[in-house]
Amino acid sequence: MAIARRKFDAVIVGAGGAGMRAALQLSEAGLKVAVLSKVFPTRSHTVAAQGGIAAALGNVTEDNWHWHMYDTVKGSDYLGDQDAIEFMCRQANEVVYELEHFGMPFDRLENGKIYQRPFGGQSQNFGGAQATRSCAAADRTGHAMLHTLYQRNVRANTQFFVEWMGLDLIRDEQGDVLGVTALEMETGEVMVLQAKATLFATGGAGRIFHASTNAFINTGDGLGMAARAGIPLEDMEFWQFHPTGVYGVGVLISEAVRGEGGYLLNKDGERFMQRYAPHAKDLASRDVVSRALTTEIKEGRGCGKDADHLLLKLDHLGADVINMRLPGIREIAIKFARVDPINEPIPVAPTAHYMMGGIPSNFHGQVVAPYKTGPEEVVQGFYAVGECACVSVHGANRLGTNSLLDILVFGRAAGNQIIEDLKKNPHHKPLPADATDKVLARLARLDAQKDGENVAQVGTDLRKTMQAHCGVFRFADMLKQGVTKIGEVAERVAHTEIRDKSRVFNTARVEALELDNLVEVALATMVSAEARNESRGAHARDDFPQRDDDKWLKHTLYFSEGRRLDYKPVRLKPLTVESFPPKPRIY
Amino acid sequence: MKELERARWRCRRGLLELDIVLQRFIDKYYTQLSEIELQQFTTLLDLPDNDLWDMIATRKEPEDGSLLSVLRLLQTA
Ligand SMILES: Cc1cc2nc3c(=O)[nH]c(=O)nc-3n(C[C@H](O)[C@H](O)[C@H](O)COP(=O)(O)OP(=O)(O)OC[C@H]3O[C@@H](n4cnc5c(N)ncnc54)[C@H](O)[C@@H]3O)c2cc1C
Repeated sequence: MAIARRKFDAVIVGAGGAGMRAALQLSEAGLKVAVLSKVFPTRSHTVAAQGGIAAALGNVTEDNWHWHMYDTVKGSDYLGDQDAIEFMCRQANEVVYELEHFGMPFDRLENGKIYQRPFGGQSQNFGGAQATRSCAAADRTGHAMLHTLYQRNVRANTQFFVEWMGLDLIRDEQGDVLGVTALEMETGEVMVLQAKATLFATGGAGRIFHASTNAFINTGDGLGMAARAGIPLEDMEFWQFHPTGVYGVGVLISEAVRGEGGYLLNKDGERFMQRYAPHAKDLASRDVVSRALTTEIKEGRGCGKDADHLLLKLDHLGADVINMRLPGIREIAIKFARVDPINEPIPVAPTAHYMMGGIPSNFHGQVVAPYKTGPEEVVQGFYAVGECACVSVHGANRLGTNSLLDILVFGRAAGNQIIEDLKKNPHHKPLPADATDKVLARLARLDAQKDGENVAQVGTDLRKTMQAHCGVFRFADMLKQGVTKIGEVAERVAHTEIRDKSRVFNTARVEALELDNLVEVALATMVSAEARNESRGAHARDDFPQRDDDKWLKHTLYFSEGRRLDYKPVRLKPLTVESFPPKPRIY
Repeated sequence: MKELERARWRCRRGLLELDIVLQRFIDKYYTQLSEIELQQFTTLLDLPDNDLWDMIATRKEPEDGSLLSVLRLLQTA
């Protein structure tokens, strides 16, 4: 079958904050840029970010990038690469001012400067008093950022391909990346988008878990495509969970509820947080509360017929307090848990929030892998930024509001790197003859499948397996079984069947293709977590409760082929300042 | 034929809250909507995520009053 082909200087898959920041850099430099997105750009998941974007502007309290760097290294539980972290923190002010200049409607202080709010993990003077570092546009920072970047890109003639799904990478024999294959949803056509530079900015993959705060589109497509093309995935065992998501749907219930006096109960009506954190109780930090919930469930004290959630009680606060201080929460409880918290407790469970791992890349946005001679060889023509990439600035744990910063800094850096690289490589490399063989075989398999399994059913089993075996708090036996079980799910994913075989706008096909990506991410997560015999940041093992720097101060690399693991050292040497050596992480 | 599919995909949003409510709406009401209501629904789907969610959560009313009937259905979904 002949497949249509189009040529661009750069193809970007993903139109969230990361993809659009990179696209802007390239379009403004006069390059011909295509940006693909499964949904309209301003509906990308970046729109959900409310808290803000970190930058040591020092508009409210004294601040500087070096303090921000320290906080980020410590927050990462020393797994973050210190060269990349220095790079990000040093550029923070500039990218924020640049965004302001693009028209971002930041909140203002009375003196006209950008308003900033304090966030957990931010300190002055290397671990001293609370810093005030997050710049915000009301509670719509992500929304404002996306709209600002979209307008700017339209003006710069970036070409958007909306409702196009990237399917697979095209690599030649040398391993260079030459573009992607993509599906136009409206027509069902598959097309080759050939490019001198291919950049992935496909966002997170929270949908591998049963409970997640992530939107449905967050299926880790970039990671799936990279893994299938032989690129490893880095540090996939590290996922940040939020302790209180609405049971069954994952929607976030903010800490404000517990701040106002709400508390958690198990099936015996016991206020169990007293046992885990006698002083802070329900107000202990996120990871402590998340682990407590998981332990209660594992030990059989969960609620409901599957004993798989806990209850968040706030009716004792009274209708007035709830209506006045927590109206948004009441709204969410009624809509998503079908309970009115004025009368009844809200069923909750920990919910997956942010993926620290991803496609291994350096701070220029170039994808690096141990595929030729060195452990961090640049994969020519391939770049990754945003939540789908692992630079790694978040290490084992991301600090709040650092990811909107990450997407701007590295989106811009990747754009600049591509401009440089294209000066050296101004021509398209010829496509290999078999460029589309694998993806067409994958599509043909799906169309021809008989007596296969239902996509939604296999997807549900995948998410339940991840939630039960590889959630917040991890147990050796559960992980071991989990590796087997997720392997069985993978086997079923390879035999899914769709009933609708039509071409035009076939969402069943799209969802089956998304499942191919989810399963790569799920396998990488489970296998990497099972192997890491320590607790660090968001990866908490029951059998290895301590961080073990002697054995585990290293990044995991998972290869899809053979489900094999490798490791590479953490980059402890910053660019210009002294290294921050690992210390116990106490807040 | 494929209108339902298109609408279903355009209910994929950046906010999880919307993903869930819109999917429920589609499952429950979509096939019963009149031509005019279908148009109103399409207009609502074109709104930015945060504005649409504020309307569903009854924090905000649409400027175009004719959207209210479909919005009321969305609020019950
Ligand atoms: C509820 C919530 C609140 C948050 N609040 C904050 C906050 O206050 N501050 C902060 O710093 N961080 C916050 N985060 C994290 C932050 O929002 C994300 O990490 C960040 O927005 C990711 O941006 P991105 O550009 O990498 O990806 P996204 O914005 O997710 O964009 C991904 C893009 O890729 C496209 N795409 C995916 N797959 C394909 C494919 N196969 N083909 C074509 N296109 C594809 C999508 O259509 C989309 O355009 C929050 C996260 C959540 C869940």
